[in-house]
Amino acid sequence: MDFELTREQELIRRMTREFTENEVKPIAAETDRTCAYPRETIDQLFRYGIMGMSVPQEYGGAGADDLSSAIAIEELSKACASTGDIVATHNGLCCGPIIQNGTEEQKQKYLRMLTTGGKLGAFCLTEPDAGSDASKCTTVAKPEGDHYVLNGSKIFITNGYAAEVFVVFAMTDPSQGTRGISAFIVENTFPGFSVGKHEEKMGLHGSPTAEIVFTDCIVPRENLLGKEGKGFKIAMQTLDGGRIGIAAQGLGLAEGAMEEAVAYTKGRVQFGRPIAKFQNTQFLFADMAVSIEAGRLLTYQAAIRKTKGQSFTKEAAMAKLFTSEAAMQITTKSLQMFGGYGYTKDFPMERMMRDAKITEIYEGTSEIQRVVISNHIL
Amino acid sequence: MKIIVCVKQVPDTSGKVAVNPDGTLDRASMQTITNPDDLNAVEAALKLKDETGCKVIVVTMGPPPAAGMLRELMARGADEGILVSAREFGGSDTYATSQILAAAVNRIGVESDDIVMCGRQAIDGDTAQVGPQIAEKLHLPQVTYAADIQKTGDTVTVKRMLEDGYMTIKVKTPCLLTCIKELNAPRYMSVGGIFEAYGKPLATYDYETLKDDPLIDPSTIGLKGSPTNILTSFTPPLKGAGVMLEGADKETCEKLAGLLSAKHII
Repeated sequence: MDFELTREQELIRRMTREFTENEVKPIAAETDRTCAYPRETIDQLFRYGIMGMSVPQEYGGAGADDLSSAIAIEELSKACASTGDIVATHNGLCCGPIIQNGTEEQKQKYLRMLTTGGKLGAFCLTEPDAGSDASKCTTVAKPEGDHYVLNGSKIFITNGYAAEVFVVFAMTDPSQGTRGISAFIVENTFPGFSVGKHEEKMGLHGSPTAEIVFTDCIVPRENLLGKEGKGFKIAMQTLDGGRIGIAAQGLGLAEGAMEEAVAYTKGRVQFGRPIAKFQNTQFLFADMAVSIEAGRLLTYQAAIRKTKGQSFTKEAAMAKLFTSEAAMQITTKSLQMFGGYGYTKDFPMERMMRDAKITEIYEGTSEIQRVVISNHIL
Repeated sequence: MKIIVCVKQVPDTSGKVAVNPDGTLDRASMQTITNPDDLNAVEAALKLKDETGCKVIVVTMGPPPAAGMLRELMARGADEGILVSAREFGGSDTYATSQILAAAVNRIGVESDDIVMCGRQAIDGDTAQVGPQIAEKLHLPQVTYAADIQKTGDTVTVKRMLEDGYMTIKVKTPCLLTCIKELNAPRYMSVGGIFEAYGKPLATYDYETLKDDPLIDPSTIGLKGSPTNILTSFTPPLKGAGVMLEGADKETCEKLAGLLSAKHII
């Protein structure tokens, strides 16, 4: 078993770490405060090839492996989980299903838009009454002539009001249940497409979340992604891969919070010595370091298995479950070390704690991850 | 047209600076980075590459791990790397280093429309001598402290940034320029660049490769060929915090004059 990163993966880490320190960290608090989509940062990430990095070279990407992609999200999320989320969604949930299921024409057109074209992507599955149970989706797609007509709405769509390309799931045959769901590539300029409510969230303020509404939305037939009725399978496959991205985001959040806490406790003096000198602090850091290392191994294992073409559903669920819960615990304990200062917006801890919470919820709640894992056991 | 950029791997002084008992830098225990001014030189070269399609070759003298830095520069966009590395070159001061680097540049070959670029100075030595010395040894015209570079045909217009103002100089290629941080903001590695970097050519020039160059003589390279010797290195003692006076009124001025007078400065 080889635990060494490749030379390229090492460089991806160096590059994204440097980028994060110089470009992301300085604006993270302001992004959170203003709830502004960090457009300039994302434009730069397009320029440097982070956006769509796993897209094959012939379609405008770098053909990066899944571990490289996870490392990039991990490093970005150390300073700003919103940026990590935008990248994870674009790469895993929009580029991912098109790479896996797109026709040659779809790949040439849309993967280029999502890489060199600088267009942001999103993934539309969740509906008001179809969350963890995605089979209850009510958005419908009716074939008419050379196109489909979509009606319905999707909620909690990451990148919603900034994206221009959407992978959308809709019922083409409601009588078939999950076998009646199909996937489509939808552009925000298609007639009948609109952006609804912008969500005000507890955290991830820089990540643009919105409702997407389809009102007699005209989608060309050639934009059907995969075969009719195969949408649910595409969605589940995509979420398997997406979970590696969210695991990497949780990992980055946990690492970022611990780094902040280590630096703070070395300088904060109480009872005549830095609080890092107290055994309580030391034991907490030891436990955090173990969780981070375990989460890293789980996440990297899932990514490597995906690149090798091995089954990774269980491993991705384990990685996502473990790192998201570790992120929540580590941000909470790190904030505690800051005492009252940690509760203020003068330090990043309260933002990190708010940002961490969503990792236990989206792309499959912790409960759903346990369902996925136990299905592989029983 | 090609641009040859001389770069140096230096200890990262933003972290902990480690010093050996003899006062020299403990380089082995410190993280390394590409010298910041050299990154500005590489960026200037890459911008000219973006405009003209010219080739960019990065050259460094150092131990074998310095090849990693060259790969990083290739991941930013450089086309080739040359690692100048040999036991005989170890311990070189600026005079000997420029002798060896000039021989390496000779080996690559400088043609009529080529430019050699260097950073102004390295953060470990801060001498700013190597670039100008390479130019002298290659008999190339040199322009130092470049804060802006424009190339039209075989003419390069360089805005020099000096302590008391700017100076604009036109120079014909081939020439050598030393670059300062005000010149540009270096780009990062790109993902595509990273995946291409290890497929790009990287050659090692050792003593055997360069020994026939007239500049390479045992008396002018390495520790023996270095006229400069380091007696000791030390961290300067910390100065006091100083006194800040604010205001332009008579009272503040008198206070300032009093303080300077008390220290016998005026």
